[in-house]
Amino acid sequence: MTTTTATPASTSGRRPGRPLGNSGLTSRAVANTVIVLAALYTLLPGLWLLLASTKNADALFGSDILSFGDFSLWHNLRDLFTMEDGVYGRWYLNSLLYAVVGAFVGSLISVAAGYAFDKYEFPHKEKLFGLVLTGVMVPPTVLALPLYLVASGIGLVNTFWAVFIPVLFNPFGVYLARLLSSGYVPNEVLEASRVDGAGELQTYIRVSLRMLGPGFVTVFLFQLTAIWNNFFLPMVMLSDQHLYPLSLGLYTWNSSATVSPEYYPLVVIGSLLAVVPLIVAFLTLQRYWKSGLTAGSVK
Amino acid sequence: MSTVISPGKTRKRAGTTPRTAGRTRPRRAGRRQQTLACVTLLAPFTALLVAVFLVPVGYAIGLSLFSEDHKGLGFGGGTTVFTGLRSYLAVLNDPSFVSGFGVIALYCLIFVPVVVIGALALALLLDSGLIRLRRTAQMLLYVPHAVPGIIAAVIWLYLYTPGLSPVIRLFAQADITIDFLGLHSVLPSIVNIALWSGLGYNMVIFYAALQALPREVIEAARIDGAGGLRTALLVKVPIIKGSVVMVCMFALIGALQLFTEPMLMNQATPMVNSRFTPSMYIYDAAFRRNNYGLASAASVILLIVTCALSYAVTRWAGRRERSAR
Repeated sequence: MTTTTATPASTSGRRPGRPLGNSGLTSRAVANTVIVLAALYTLLPGLWLLLASTKNADALFGSDILSFGDFSLWHNLRDLFTMEDGVYGRWYLNSLLYAVVGAFVGSLISVAAGYAFDKYEFPHKEKLFGLVLTGVMVPPTVLALPLYLVASGIGLVNTFWAVFIPVLFNPFGVYLARLLSSGYVPNEVLEASRVDGAGELQTYIRVSLRMLGPGFVTVFLFQLTAIWNNFFLPMVMLSDQHLYPLSLGLYTWNSSATVSPEYYPLVVIGSLLAVVPLIVAFLTLQRYWKSGLTAGSVK
Repeated sequence: MSTVISPGKTRKRAGTTPRTAGRTRPRRAGRRQQTLACVTLLAPFTALLVAVFLVPVGYAIGLSLFSEDHKGLGFGGGTTVFTGLRSYLAVLNDPSFVSGFGVIALYCLIFVPVVVIGALALALLLDSGLIRLRRTAQMLLYVPHAVPGIIAAVIWLYLYTPGLSPVIRLFAQADITIDFLGLHSVLPSIVNIALWSGLGYNMVIFYAALQALPREVIEAARIDGAGGLRTALLVKVPIIKGSVVMVCMFALIGALQLFTEPMLMNQATPMVNSRFTPSMYIYDAAFRRNNYGLASAASVILLIVTCALSYAVTRWAGRRERSAR
């Protein structure tokens, strides 16, 4: 920082650049404008969703989006939860069940496996881990049809388990947990615990799992998003509307909307409510997903 | 998890086996216990690996080699016959399957450069120290990634739909007719949805990699007289090449499974047919045409292409990395 001169812009931290006077200010203005434009691009569609959810079907197609002449938010909400005997509420509960319970159980399984890969030696370990990595590379969409074929063979199609069991499988979580375990749980802790005469599993549950806490939340968050977003698998597996998650339910309502437009406001407000849990999860647990991103990508 | 014990026992742990005894304890007992623990911890995941990965893939491969021949009306009287690679030939000779890969290739050609360059540019800007409210900017740009794919697609589809869309209305006021769902615009429209979801996410990945750069390198470039832009392009980008390759690879793999967005578009415009992408082809073959043999063969082909692609990219990246040293 010693060589920079007194351009107003150069007072901030580790700003690179030659003393260019005016052009320093210009590049600063340009840079900030680009970021603002990008932020508008990401935010405006969300804003539209918010505004559109206050409109009824007629206003949605007719008037200016910014006019508040007709404010039907409450009306839309009531419609949303009463349409087709309140099936939307059912979808919401299903999504919570698939995603929250699924991600929790799935993370327990993945973290345990990742920890075992990190801390124990066993024959063919790296071969097995190679299989895990292959699992990471194989997109869930490719597996959906084979899963359907197996599920229909054993009579699980169109049941809760047909969606719940496959989403527990999270090879990326295992990969992440192995990395995090080598970072968070020092081998000395294990040694000390062994010297103390504590059982291996006891050590895992009492000591290691606690140290892996933040890593567990990271794996959980990633899996939660993945399951909440899941669309192809439920579409393939389920035909009973009462088992649908939100994604599939909204999809069917959207196809109804092309025939009967009164569904449009419901899809809009239904989408808005479906986004809320994930946004909340991400804003409150920011530091966890960030550590997951960096662990998963930089490495 | 059946071995959970009550918290009260924690303190007694050292007492049950004297501390000194731990060291002299026969090693074999420890070994056995470690093996047991390792097996217990790995068992649930391994069971899943077998049940929802290996078995289905194997079953799909098997099914793709057989075909059910229905005689007459096909009620119950179907016999399964070995047909070898016939299903594969049928899939590969089906223009609608091959054109799906064409769509994917075109999609990648637009999407990958735009998302990588866009995200990289934003990350470099954030890293340049020129930006105010860096954390807020980062968060705002990331938010769309928390929006589920199907909902992002719904939002954009409505923004593309004449009558619903304020964008189209705005253009109409300026006497410009714009059609987001036309023959040539529908693919860019789909790319835009993916871009909206992925831009901030990839930016965060690049930004994290940039933050991890050794500061001395940047400082050295600056002392050598390199400007901000030159430092960014000639010093920072080459160092985070690994992340760039990673993002490209995930974008390509993601592109191969393109399903949600076109599936939704399929309800709105005839420009997206029901076999628009390979994944849609599989769905169509299995559930609209009830041809599981065909669908399995298509799944296996997609699986092979995906694995080959990711293997090739990682190999290529590895070689580049080694030769750079």
